[in-house]
Amino acid sequence: MINYDLAVIGGGPAGMAAALKAKECGVEKIVILERAETLGGILEQCIHTGFGLHYFGEELSGPEYAAKFIDLVKETDIDVKVNTMVLSVSEDKTVTAVNTSDGLIKIQAKAVILAMGCRERPRGALQIAGTRASGIMTAGTAQKYVNIDGYMPGKKVVILGSGDIGLIMARRMTLEGAEVKVVCELMPFSGGLTRNIVQCLNDFNIPLRLSTTVIETHGKERLEGVTIAQVDDKLCPIPGTEEYIECDTLMLSVGLIPENELTKQAGISLDRITNGAIVNEMRETDCDGIFACGNVLQVHDLVDYVTLESQIAGEGAARYILGKDSGEKVYIKTVPENGVRYIVPQKVNIKSKEDIKLYFRVGAIYKNKKLTVEAGGKVISSKKKVKLAPGEMENVVIPSDVLASLGGTDTIKVRVED
Amino acid sequence: MKKDMNCVACPLGCLITVEYEGSEVISVKGNTCKRGDAYARTEITNPVRSIHSTVKVNGGEHPVVPCKTSGPIPKSAIFDVMKEINKVTVDAPVKIGQVFIKNVCNTGVDIVATNNDNGK
Repeated sequence: MINYDLAVIGGGPAGMAAALKAKECGVEKIVILERAETLGGILEQCIHTGFGLHYFGEELSGPEYAAKFIDLVKETDIDVKVNTMVLSVSEDKTVTAVNTSDGLIKIQAKAVILAMGCRERPRGALQIAGTRASGIMTAGTAQKYVNIDGYMPGKKVVILGSGDIGLIMARRMTLEGAEVKVVCELMPFSGGLTRNIVQCLNDFNIPLRLSTTVIETHGKERLEGVTIAQVDDKLCPIPGTEEYIECDTLMLSVGLIPENELTKQAGISLDRITNGAIVNEMRETDCDGIFACGNVLQVHDLVDYVTLESQIAGEGAARYILGKDSGEKVYIKTVPENGVRYIVPQKVNIKSKEDIKLYFRVGAIYKNKKLTVEAGGKVISSKKKVKLAPGEMENVVIPSDVLASLGGTDTIKVRVED
Repeated sequence: MKKDMNCVACPLGCLITVEYEGSEVISVKGNTCKRGDAYARTEITNPVRSIHSTVKVNGGEHPVVPCKTSGPIPKSAIFDVMKEINKVTVDAPVKIGQVFIKNVCNTGVDIVATNNDNGK
């Protein structure tokens, strides 16, 4: 058994920011456990820019953003174990992991931060008819092939799903000489940022077909084509709208799933909507001393927000370890209403004496609506919003004096209004 | 002439309508900030973009290392710049910011490394 004050699971942007913040707050023995060969997580393959505008005030590529944190980690005495797979986390904060140099290791930590990130929804999660021909892969897998391993997975590409990774890969494949025939989106709107639709599709005349999906793949050894079809308002394919498109590659960008296997194993409660842990304002789960942050908690659209969230978790873990969180705690729920799908954190301590930021997403596209926040039955803010979209995370601040005025049976509600 | 465009300056993605005559912009409407106005004007006169790709690396941790244009380049030069990027092979180690190509295609912009590669 190895003893640490803090064990951080995952060495991507979330894990690094959390570990660094905990260090800054005075935590002594910290270890980061990372499954891949290097720190950096998924940022290493995101070679496009657009990272860091909020946090660093400059537009960086993924690897550049990661490198800033990797350098900071190296300057500290934080232990880093790469090529290390965590097998389990228990309620008493014992972490079991394995790697080729240490073998099986058991770590007893005073606090644990879960920062495992998320993975892509695979083909198996969709109901597409056809064989298991090669050439069908998630957009992120294709991104790794092109940007890290240095080879092209195909020449004629169809992309299903217009999330940002799909859009980014449409441009990347085009730049490297492939022909991206079409991007199909099941929903009547794109889940990606408008700027990505402009820069990645429109710039290269790649068509985006909304309310359209792939219903069948063709080819036995290698993908030869796909059948696409329009869908009705219940998202069911409309007979007669089928169209065959010749292609050797189908990329899927159909959503991200937080990797919460370890979380579930530890008996931590998850939110049905985010698929991440239910947390308080310090990102502490319902298991004392176990915190969660980054994409394992909720899928973010900007890494800058991952960093900020992880710093909160890092500080929370530090307070827990150093015994500075012993004040009175009265938790009340945050409740998403009318148009708001979820809120993180799901509960907040009204005795916290600090402003608390709530992060949330809406469930559909809204134009010229108001975002209303109600605390203890009173409307505390109602802000006009030109545009609200599911692909763009929103936030509101609950001031500390409002929190202090609330009672234990009150709730904080956020909703979309006319 | 009138042209509708979505601004790419920030995630808001305002729908902007630009009225122009040749390369002279007469009016910009629909933007909600100054950056939108500037974006719309460059889009009409000389649209620019940044490009990100990879170059081959000898003896590196990985077969390729990522790179970017050090600033925006004319949209029309994108594929010419890609051709130049794809001709480059570098030797490890590579440092972030290292220049792979100076003044690529006479754009006044360099191709620079965006990741470190310490070699095998």
